[in-house]
Formats: sequence, structure tokens, C-alpha cells
Amino acid sequence: MAAPTVDRPTDAGPAAVRTLTLAKALNTGLRTAMENNPKVIVMGEDVGKLGGVFRITDGLQKDFGEQRVLDTPLAESGIIGTAVGLAIRGYRPVCEIQFDGFIFPGFDQIVSQVAKLHYRTSGRVKLPLVIRVPFGGGIGAVEHHSESPESYFAHTAGLKVVSCSNPSDAYWMIQQAIDCDDPVLFFEPKRRYYEKGEVDTASTTTPLFSSRVLREGTDATLVAYGPMVRTALEAASAAAEEGHSLSVIDLRSLSPLDLGPVYESVRRTGRLVVVTEAPSESSISGEIATRVQQECFYSLQAPVLRVTGFDTPYPPSKLEEEYLPDLDRVLHAVDRSLAF
Amino acid sequence: MSSPEQWTGSGPESAPAATAAPTAEQVIAGLRATDEGGADLVQLLTPEGERVRHPDFDIDITPEELRGLYRDMVLVRRVDREANALQRKGQLGLWVPLLGQEAAQIGAGRALKPQDQVFPSYREHGVAWCRDIPPVDLLSIFRGTDNCAWDPIKHKFHPYTIVIGNQVLNATGYAMGQRFDGKVGDPDGEATICFFGDGATSQGDVHEGFVWAAVYDAPVVFYCQNNQWAISEPTERQSRLPLYHRARGYGFPGIRVDGNDVLACLAVSRWALEECRNGNGPVLIEAFTYRMDAHTTSDDPSRYRLSEELEVWKLKDPIERVKVHLVKQQWADQDFFDSVEAESEQVAIELRDKCVNLPDPSAESIFGNVYAEGNPVLEAQRDEFLAYHAGFAGGEH
Repeated sequence: MAAPTVDRPTDAGPAAVRTLTLAKALNTGLRTAMENNPKVIVMGEDVGKLGGVFRITDGLQKDFGEQRVLDTPLAESGIIGTAVGLAIRGYRPVCEIQFDGFIFPGFDQIVSQVAKLHYRTSGRVKLPLVIRVPFGGGIGAVEHHSESPESYFAHTAGLKVVSCSNPSDAYWMIQQAIDCDDPVLFFEPKRRYYEKGEVDTASTTTPLFSSRVLREGTDATLVAYGPMVRTALEAASAAAEEGHSLSVIDLRSLSPLDLGPVYESVRRTGRLVVVTEAPSESSISGEIATRVQQECFYSLQAPVLRVTGFDTPYPPSKLEEEYLPDLDRVLHAVDRSLAF
Repeated sequence: MSSPEQWTGSGPESAPAATAAPTAEQVIAGLRATDEGGADLVQLLTPEGERVRHPDFDIDITPEELRGLYRDMVLVRRVDREANALQRKGQLGLWVPLLGQEAAQIGAGRALKPQDQVFPSYREHGVAWCRDIPPVDLLSIFRGTDNCAWDPIKHKFHPYTIVIGNQVLNATGYAMGQRFDGKVGDPDGEATICFFGDGATSQGDVHEGFVWAAVYDAPVVFYCQNNQWAISEPTERQSRLPLYHRARGYGFPGIRVDGNDVLACLAVSRWALEECRNGNGPVLIEAFTYRMDAHTTSDDPSRYRLSEELEVWKLKDPIERVKVHLVKQQWADQDFFDSVEAESEQVAIELRDKCVNLPDPSAESIFGNVYAEGNPVLEAQRDEFLAYHAGFAGGEH
């Protein structure tokens, strides 16, 4: 696959390494993409003067104007449906959906038009469209503001689905998604927006649609994406104190799934625990479990286990600590796996 | 009909009697559907073939141009009837008849300039004809050999849209791009036209498209072919108001045109497209017409409408009134009508031949063009599929 890459000068020197929050990294990545390509436009509710409800687009309208940063009327199907027309016209729209639970009014346009126009037209019409979705819980929000709908989109052919977990990936992945000629659903871990990390703005070596091994281990493998990556890393550190060596893999791409590194790791460790916030039934975590048992059957020492949100609507925020996988639930699953 | 400004009261008493829901008898008998369309209907050619003048939307037409419009409508009707017959013979899985809507489509289609963009629904065979789409390309959708056989970029005619109303937003976004690109503001500017039906006006996407077009001054003509029936649901199931009145609520002009009058459709469409090219869009046109055949070949109109309704609309036939006018004006003789008839037969013969000889797509093409930049998971699935097929004798599918 010709994975899109964004090549930047590599001789920018140490000044290219900056410490940014994930939110600021996204903002900087969007700005860079808009500077590099006049066809990139940002559109959504409140993305202009307000800078978006999470301020991810802060300052962009001031610098790029109202025609490149569109404060739109309030309707998600309208945002995505008009972005389709703009993409056909040659623009590269980046749509912001304010919260995960609000994407459903736009679902019809996404699955009926965004996903299928390239196929329907035998490749004559490209849809280089990015739909940014702040997703997941943990911020104490009201109903419809904490969901994990990524599996709906991973299930739909024609869409690509990614999720960043740290500022460096946020900076690079948003630019790579914008450069991609396929429509990309870009899921942002909203509860990690204000966590800081180093970003090398001079170069990246990781293609967009690939997973990455963050920690090598020998006893079991943890797979996560988005907000759960940090939880998985913390679990691996805690397990190390108890003498268990865990691998941690950040999926980054949910469709297509890049499971090669997962297979390699599982063949070495013999055990896999998948950690996601999304409900488990008919989910990405279920897809991973299926493929790993198909590919690594003789290497597995234990069944693939999942630590996920429950198959319930997202609960009132006073209960979300019970709902969301935490360090203890992940370690408990690791213990069960090791006990087989 | 009362104007919307009168609706300023807060209680139900303020709504005028004219907005009352139709009685069952009215709906079943299609009494509203056979109404002339109201005092605001733009008409330039009566069903009797008499040329009438309109203060705002008149048009100069040469004999040659009118003969051309007549030819278009006859040929498109013949294509439609042949496709319908091919479905009945099992050559197509489905067909969506346009019978009765020839004037609405040819009038709009011939108003287009080469630089204009068209976003169709799925019944716009006449508009496709005006965009030089080979009719067999339309049939390939319904035969199941392709989802869109024509090049939408080259023809500036986008793929048929099956999900009701989706294309209204897509067209609006495209038109926003035309404005952003500075392609409006003079007669050489660009415009977009979007086709949808009366049923689509109930869809949220149509409402959202109207909102977006209005607030971004998008150069888009919303062309609603009100053919009175959304499968079995009459227009009264979509709206209390005449549909063209809705434009006022969004802040742009709405015009109701006699959709069976090709001259009126041409005149109103030309005006609306010019408005858009000059930067004064959007515009809503309601072409008041009638679907003479079923919704699709899977439909049975006899279950929901009376044959009397059909008989009334036959008297408003869009082709016959042009023929009468041509004869009255002595703009065409029998040789002309005979030659168009012969040409239509030839078109039908060729279409039949091309349809039955449409090649089946290759099995491998299932996997083609899902993504612009590929997908290794899908590619592995394709390779497995091809290896499975290659295992059969001869390696043939």
C-alpha cells in the first residue's frame, strides 16, 4: 500500500522538537496543513471565532479567513454533506464534529456518500475528506458527550479510521490524514487533549495506517488505541513492579488494522489482552481477537481477553469510573491470562 | 392560498382554512394533483398548444430550437419506454420510468451551459440525455453491471443518488466551492443544479441544503420535480404548503413552473441558472408535473391512485402540446414528425442491442476502487478470493 507520508525537512535542528499538549499539537498540525495546501479548509460548528469547543482550531480563522475556516450552521449532515461537494470540487475539507454522540445525524452522508463515491464512480471521484471526532469518556460530561462510535465506521468499507494517543502522533497523523486521498475518520481522545508530550515537527517515520510497538515485553501483550494507550502503558509499568513483562502496542489505525506487530508480539508472549473504551459486542476489539486466534492459534497460551466499556449506553458521569477500563481492570485481565 | 406573512398568530386559529389536511377523498382522487398548480404557475405553452406570454419569464424560441426540444422529448420517451420493456423482458433488474416528466427534464437540461454542474437523483434520464450520457450507461445501473458507467467529471453530471435527498447537500457544497473559487459574478460564471422529488422535500438533508445554500449564497438551483407521488404517498403527505413557497422561509426565490411545458421549464431554468452565475443564487424551482407510470417497475400505482387521475394528466402531455404548436405555427411538417419517429425507433433498437451485450464485470472488480490508496486487509481478502477461484478447473470464474 502506498501509505501517505508527509515529508518535511529533516535538517531543522533541535529547535524542531517542541513540548505541546495533544490539543495544541492538533492545532499546529492543522495550521501546517493549511499553510502547505490552500485547498485545505476547516469546517464545523464554532470552529471559527471560538476556536472549537475544545479550541483545537483556535486562531485558524483569524489567520486563514472565513472562507477557509467555516463557522457552519448547526447540522452534522449538512457539515459532512456539503464537505462531500467541496471535496468533489477539489477542496480537502476537515470537518469537526463537536462530540462523538453528535456524529449520528451525519451517519447517512458518511456511509452512503463519503464511503462509496470512489467505488461508485470506479475511482473517478476522490473524497479526500477528514472528519475529526473528539471521542471517549472521562471528562464528566452529560449524555451523548462520551461515546466511542468508531466501530460503526470501521465496519463500513471505503472509510479509513484512525485514532491518535499522544501529541507527536496528533501532530503528524492529522496532516497525514489530510494528505490521504481516502476519507478518514479521525478520532481524538478528548480526555488526553491537555496532556503534554514532545513533538518533533521536523520529521516523522511512521506511516499513518500502521500500529506501533511502544513497549517490548515477554509475558503478555496489551493492545490499545486512543485514550486507553496511556492506561495500557501504566498497567505495563505496574505489572513490571510485580515481575511481569508486558508488550504494549498502540494500534493507531483502526481501519485498516495493522496487526502484523500484534501477531509478532503474541507469537512471542502467547497472551493478548485488548483494551478499549468501546462496548465489546461486534467491535474492533472483537475483530482483533478473531484475527489473532486465526493467525496465532498455536502460539496462544490463553484465550484472547478483552477489557472494554460495557454493552450499555454510556452511563451518567458519576458512574463512568466504573464503566471505563482502568489500571486495576487491565491488571486483573492480565492476571487471568497469565493464570491459564 | 394565503401568503406566509399572514401566519403571524400564535394559536391554531390563525392558520388559514386552505392549510387543512386533505380529505381521504381528495387524496385518493388526486384532486389536488390535477389542480392546475395555482395562480403562480409559470406557463408559456398551454396543453392545447397555445403560446401564452408571461410577464417575468418569457422566452424567444426559434422554430429550429422548438423542433430540437420536441426531438429530445420524443427520443427520451422512447429510451424510457424501451428500458421499461427491457425490464419486463428480464434484461434489467429494475427501471425507474420518467414517462410524463420529459418537459421538466429537457427544459432544465437544455438551459444548462457546458460549465454547469448537475447533481441528479435517480430518474433524471432526460437531463442525462442533455449531458450526452449514452442511455446504455443508465441501463447498466439497472442491469447491475456498473454503479455509474459515465465519467461524472467529464460530463459534469454526477452519479445517480439513490438515498433520497443526499445529493442536495453534495450539490450545495459543490456550489459553495464554485463561489469560493470566484466562478460566479458574470455570465460566464458557473452554476450547479440539483434534482430531487416532492418526497425528498421531507428529508432533513434537503432542509439543511437550503439552509447552507442560503447562508453561503451558493450558486445552486434546487429543481424539485413535483410529480405528485412519492411512491404511494401524495404531496399532501409531504407538505401543507405548495413546495415552492418554502423557499421564502430560507430567503431565496421559489417559482412554480408547469412541469409539462418545456418552454416554461427552459425559460425558468435559464433565468435561475443566470441568477446563480451572476451570484444571486440560490433559487428553488418546483416543476409541477406528473409521474405517468409507476415509481419503479416494482411498484403498482393501481393500489393507491385512480385511473381518472391519469386520464386528466394525459390531456396535459408535454410532447403532444409541442407537436400541436409546431403544426399550428407551420414550423414542422409530417416529414419532420416521421423522421423523429424513425430516429426514435433506431435509438431503441441500438439501446436494446447494447443493453443485452453489456459485458458482465469481472469478479475481481468487486475489490477495485474501494480505496484510492489501497488497504492491505482488503487486498489480502481479494488475493484469497482469487486463489479460491483459480482452484477450479481451468482457473475460470
